Amino acid sequence: MIRISAIMLLVLVTAGAKAQRYTSEKSHVTFFSKAALEDITADNKKANSLMNPSTGDIAFVVPVGEFKFEQALMEEHFNEKYLETEKFPRATFQGKMTGFDAAATQAQKITAKGKLTIHGVTKEVEIPGTIEKKGEKYAAQSEFMVKLEDYKIVIPQLLWQKVAEEVKVTVNFTYVQQ
Amino acid sequence: MFNNSHTMRPVVKHVTAIVTSALLVTALPAFSQDDLLGDLEKTSAKSTYSSQTFKGTRLVNGHTIETIGEGTLEFIFSHRFGRVNGGVYEMFGLDDAFVRIGLEYGITDKLGVGIGRNSVDKSLDGYLKYKLLAQKPDGAPLTISALGGTTYKTSPKAEDAPAGFENIDRLSYTAQLLIARKFSPAISLQLMPTYIHKNYVGSTEGKNDQIAMGVGGRFKVTRSLSFSTEYYYRINPDETSPYRNTLGFGIEIETGGHVFQIVLTNTRGMIERTFITETDGDFFDGDIHLGFNVTRIFQLKRK
Repeated sequence: MIRISAIMLLVLVTAGAKAQRYTSEKSHVTFFSKAALEDITADNKKANSLMNPSTGDIAFVVPVGEFKFEQALMEEHFNEKYLETEKFPRATFQGKMTGFDAAATQAQKITAKGKLTIHGVTKEVEIPGTIEKKGEKYAAQSEFMVKLEDYKIVIPQLLWQKVAEEVKVTVNFTYVQQ
Repeated sequence: MFNNSHTMRPVVKHVTAIVTSALLVTALPAFSQDDLLGDLEKTSAKSTYSSQTFKGTRLVNGHTIETIGEGTLEFIFSHRFGRVNGGVYEMFGLDDAFVRIGLEYGITDKLGVGIGRNSVDKSLDGYLKYKLLAQKPDGAPLTISALGGTTYKTSPKAEDAPAGFENIDRLSYTAQLLIARKFSPAISLQLMPTYIHKNYVGSTEGKNDQIAMGVGGRFKVTRSLSFSTEYYYRINPDETSPYRNTLGFGIEIETGGHVFQIVLTNTRGMIERTFITETDGDFFDGDIHLGFNVTRIFQLKRK
């Protein structure tokens, strides 16, 4: 008896956790770098995210090689010289949202606290963002600064003026229940 | 023990209950933690980034598999001095100069078109290069590009040409497959099977149809510096051919929109016809030309 109820409980707990999960159906990650010669922007629509409104857990994965630039050469340098995409193909975040009320129907400001990994370097960060429930879906967005030095992203000296020391990253996800 | 639990003594039952609840208690936090990132990494597609196999479009004299990208115009200035064994009288080759000025434009990321003018034989050349296959981390193991080119020799002048020499005799054609693999971020190797057809050959110039197999590679030393080398073996040269196989070495330095290559090679030529089938220097006898290739990239069209 005890064994059976224990197993049932385990199954219920697992199912409960899974059912609460939301997965990203659409994503858009950008970065923007202000520089003296020219501003650099890139878009990435291949990111994925999972979110659990009942616990506030959130995670996302950005395939670094999928950033699209206006110039082929910049894309090459970004991957070859700065981000070393072959060695570190993914940037990731895993954390927990605070100030988040799963039931609220209006846009709410939240903070996601957790681990951001870029270029193989993991940092504890707090990312501000907004999240809004739209019918069955959630729309989340965030904008934050990434200091290149923190993630050991080296800018060759000859190009120092090409890229700012901090780049602005925006993250947009639309979630549907998994 | 589980199959005959009805014979269990009460103590054993208690122990079982305690162990089970202990397991549950430890299991619960694990579930509420919910490893979202772990699950994401399992399901997310691997990167499809296709890497830079070579820094530029030229290995030494010949092409690499690289195309330059849509809307990009590359200006390439190549220069070879005379032979270093020319002695002080020739200032070790610096008195001579052979130049090719060229332009290449990326129609798409995979298709490029180029034109050039080479002072050797006063030649004009044009080519198309198309990337057939791109090496991917979880896909194709190789990158393959096809090159098709035409060369028009404006030398000799019409009045100096041998009897019966017509303008069509000035043309020759190159077909080349470029097959490369990036083995590691530092090491890339390339094979270049080549077919060259000349409409007209002089008495010492061998067959109209000539084939060769090229091998080459590059070794990256730092993010901006690498070494490259290239060798073309002629498969069907005439036994009496005065020409040799071409060999070249390069040092590549990349900055911003430039690639700067310093080369040492036994040929004056900078077009396939010349350097593959009409190289006259013996590298190991000191018939070495110092030279450089300088490229500058202009982005004409934004994506």
